[in-house]
Amino acid sequence: MSVATHHPLADSSDSIGPEPRPLSLLVNGKVCTALADPATTLVEFLRDALGLTGTKIGCDRGACSACTVWIDGEVAASCMTLAFDARAHSITTIEGLAPDGQLHSVQRAFIEHDALQCGFCTPGMVMSCAHLVNKNPDCTLDDVKAAISGHLCRCGTYPNIFKATLAAAAEARADESGGSK
Amino acid sequence: MSNTGSFEQRSLQAGIVGETMTPVTRKMPGTDPPAWPTNAELHVVGKDVPRMDALDKVTGRARYTFDVQLPGMLYARAINSTVPHARIKSIDTSLVERYPGVRAVHVLERLTMAAQLRDPGAEANEPYPVIRFTGQPIAAVAAISARAAEAAAQLIRIEYEPLPHVTELDQAMQTNAPAVFPGPTEQASSAGGGGAPRGLPQKGNLRGPSKSGSHGDIGRGFRDADVVVEGEYRTQVQTHTPLEAHGIVADWRDDELTLYASTQHVFSVREEAAEIFELPQEKIRVISDYTGGGFGAKYGVGNYGTLAIHLSRKAGAPVRLVLDRREEHVSVGNRPSSLQRLKIGAKRDGTLTAIELHSFGSGGVAAGAGVGSCHHNMYPCPNVSIEHYDVFTNAGPCAAFRGPGQTQGIFAFEQAIDAVAARLQMDPVALRNKIDTRDADDVRARAAERRIGAEKFGWSRRSAPGSDSGPIKRGMGMAQSMWPYIVNGYTTCEVRISGDGAVDAFCGTQDIGTGTRTVFAQVVAEELGLQPEAIDVHVGDTRFPPGPPSGGSRVTSSLTPAARNAAYAAARDIANRVAPLLSAKGEELVFRGGRIEKRDDPAVSLGFAEALRRAGVESLVHRADRRDDYEGYAHKAGDLHISPHAIGGVQFAEVSVDTETGVVKVERVLAVHDCGRPINPKLVESQILGGVIQGVSYALYEDRRLDAATGVQLNANIDQYKMVGSRETPQIEVHVIELLGRQSSTDARGVAEPANVATAAAIANAFFNATGKRIYTLPMTPANVLAALRSEQP
Repeated sequence: MSVATHHPLADSSDSIGPEPRPLSLLVNGKVCTALADPATTLVEFLRDALGLTGTKIGCDRGACSACTVWIDGEVAASCMTLAFDARAHSITTIEGLAPDGQLHSVQRAFIEHDALQCGFCTPGMVMSCAHLVNKNPDCTLDDVKAAISGHLCRCGTYPNIFKATLAAAAEARADESGGSK
Repeated sequence: MSNTGSFEQRSLQAGIVGETMTPVTRKMPGTDPPAWPTNAELHVVGKDVPRMDALDKVTGRARYTFDVQLPGMLYARAINSTVPHARIKSIDTSLVERYPGVRAVHVLERLTMAAQLRDPGAEANEPYPVIRFTGQPIAAVAAISARAAEAAAQLIRIEYEPLPHVTELDQAMQTNAPAVFPGPTEQASSAGGGGAPRGLPQKGNLRGPSKSGSHGDIGRGFRDADVVVEGEYRTQVQTHTPLEAHGIVADWRDDELTLYASTQHVFSVREEAAEIFELPQEKIRVISDYTGGGFGAKYGVGNYGTLAIHLSRKAGAPVRLVLDRREEHVSVGNRPSSLQRLKIGAKRDGTLTAIELHSFGSGGVAAGAGVGSCHHNMYPCPNVSIEHYDVFTNAGPCAAFRGPGQTQGIFAFEQAIDAVAARLQMDPVALRNKIDTRDADDVRARAAERRIGAEKFGWSRRSAPGSDSGPIKRGMGMAQSMWPYIVNGYTTCEVRISGDGAVDAFCGTQDIGTGTRTVFAQVVAEELGLQPEAIDVHVGDTRFPPGPPSGGSRVTSSLTPAARNAAYAAARDIANRVAPLLSAKGEELVFRGGRIEKRDDPAVSLGFAEALRRAGVESLVHRADRRDDYEGYAHKAGDLHISPHAIGGVQFAEVSVDTETGVVKVERVLAVHDCGRPINPKLVESQILGGVIQGVSYALYEDRRLDAATGVQLNANIDQYKMVGSRETPQIEVHVIELLGRQSSTDARGVAEPANVATAAAIANAFFNATGKRIYTLPMTPANVLAALRSEQP
């Protein structure tokens, strides 16, 4: 799991803080603006400023991955990313994974394989598994285990997450070969 | 609810589907619906219906307490003790109050969860609750932002007068150990269980003995024995670590207090808040749409919830208080440790003659660290002697945790039974066949589960203990589960049907991830001939009819009979109204496939919604209570009713032990379980997977570590408190039998706890089979494993 690094295009010319100032981020394809102080983490900004509460916080120190989002299409721990460091990057949250209500194949597979219980880790799990399936539809069981190795699920949904993700990957492969014909 | 009204005798087939079914006669309320046939003959019940709330969970729309955001909401930060044992001489909050953005500060008057002094006068002169563990909540501050609350909290000035402390069980047992409490204590139970027997003697930190379950003459039992096995077992403290920490949003208004709570029982939150704030219960509403795990620790309003309510009252605004991960590990519950000295005597044929247990357990500042009931009620034995002591330490309070007591107890007991088998050179499965002989459903279930499990697992391929020649040794073990079949008496369901065909089902109980919404919908749908998606289920709100706590594996057993009976009453009401339209009698009509049709002539039918419309129905409301089980209960304590039948379960494990590094891997687990009638086999399987994974995690990794010098937990986070993750998850196979006990209108029982109880013991027995050495100490870390391998003891 990577943390967003400072982007050369980010507006870094002026010093910021400690008072809040307006911050604009590209979230789920839309520019969203709200006040934030420089200590605000990305997950705080998403949840508290933008009301996107689908992204959770389990540990607030990058150890449970409940806060997983995509930054420029790569998975990242939003509790370990400063909101201001996400400027000039494109953020995708669980709310943005199924635009127009079209579920991602991983979301559908999670439902079908009961890959969730209490559901609190689920948005983070879905983001990591959807990323894996998008990038590597040929993924193996070991790949799935690696993709979620930083995620904690206390209910013990791992075996069903393995099944669901592999099923979604198989579907993605079938779609691909179907599309190429 | 007690059973009143007319009763009738009905003849039914009871037993295990696909095994043996025998005729039984049950006396049941005349209003109860006819018994359901086997799952194969039902339409919705017994099927793998997808979880009703899965869509909300995979899209992030599910709203947890953690996600509640109200206009003007303040953020609270708790202030916790930095010392393990002290009197508080003074608290100065003036700087906290003056910090910009702060709206309220409150200092806790009384600490709950901990044991209470029998003589409250013993500390009557203390200005503040005495500090007995590092991390004990003292006060809280509410401010306009989390950041302001956090900064303000640092400004509190607390003057402590330190007292000597003790954090480790062995030291706390010494007669000269610092006393955690100045006198004898009592510990009431929570809705999740726990608590300790009243009135026991207490000397220093030792409270007990409790001799509950003892019977016969233990001396004679050992004289009658041909073999005796003895061992000293130790289990560690495990923390619940739900992914959503404890949290509450308190909204105090003049006319009503609303609490959004991450809880396993909304009614327990209401009850405790009403008591502490001296409010009538109807002035308090508790809502829990989604709870991010609980596992036994989330009951009542608790110390942090109490602080949040005080802050909301003082500030005149809603207050959100969510624990951070350290607070979650330290101060809101854990599975207590245990030290169990267990001695078992048996005849050459395996018959048990004596079971002697001396046990000690520490739940920190709380009592209730028992080790379950398996020793005296699992296998018949004429002579049982039990002495259990709670040992107080300066550590956070224990709470119920998935299979409380029993998980620790079975770890030792089922290993001791395995040791008896080894001594007698009997197969462990064969020994259980010999001794597991009570007359109860769980016994009959385990008999089938052992046979099915042994075959599926390849038990016959098990080799002699320690027979692998290389450094990595593999082995197979098995252990049995037993958990009481509990019914919550205070359970009512309501079914409302509108003239347009909409069906709403209500019960106040909550769905903490167990699937309660789904099984509720399935049962109502089955009765009305509809699909489960057609039922709008409403749970998690004290405004709805009373429902059970999500603990004790009792929701499905309590809820579903009431749900079915309410839906059945509604169906009969509709049938009588619709009958004239079909020129039939009400009793001739059945509900199938979304239609209401004549039983013997399905062509005579109407669609469900059309029938309601044509019959002129505007709305119908039917309620039903959970009536007593048809054969009654062995024990009733308030709403907690315990059946003479228990829930079984048998688990098999295969492990590999690297005898050079001490690393143990669980390669695979087979879990064979019963839960009465499985209402939704897929969700049952999920529960069992979770129970096994938590059991593997307990057996191999989890261990709360305190620094003895300061009482500070050294691993109060998720990176250092080791738990099973994706890479450590073994291959797990689940098999569930269908047991129709014919005790209620659905025959459903729970499974969450039985699924967890046997796992550590099965792994430990596999460890013995692999290495020829017993692992007496959990967790099976390399250090504990290498010590066991070096031990002279077998």
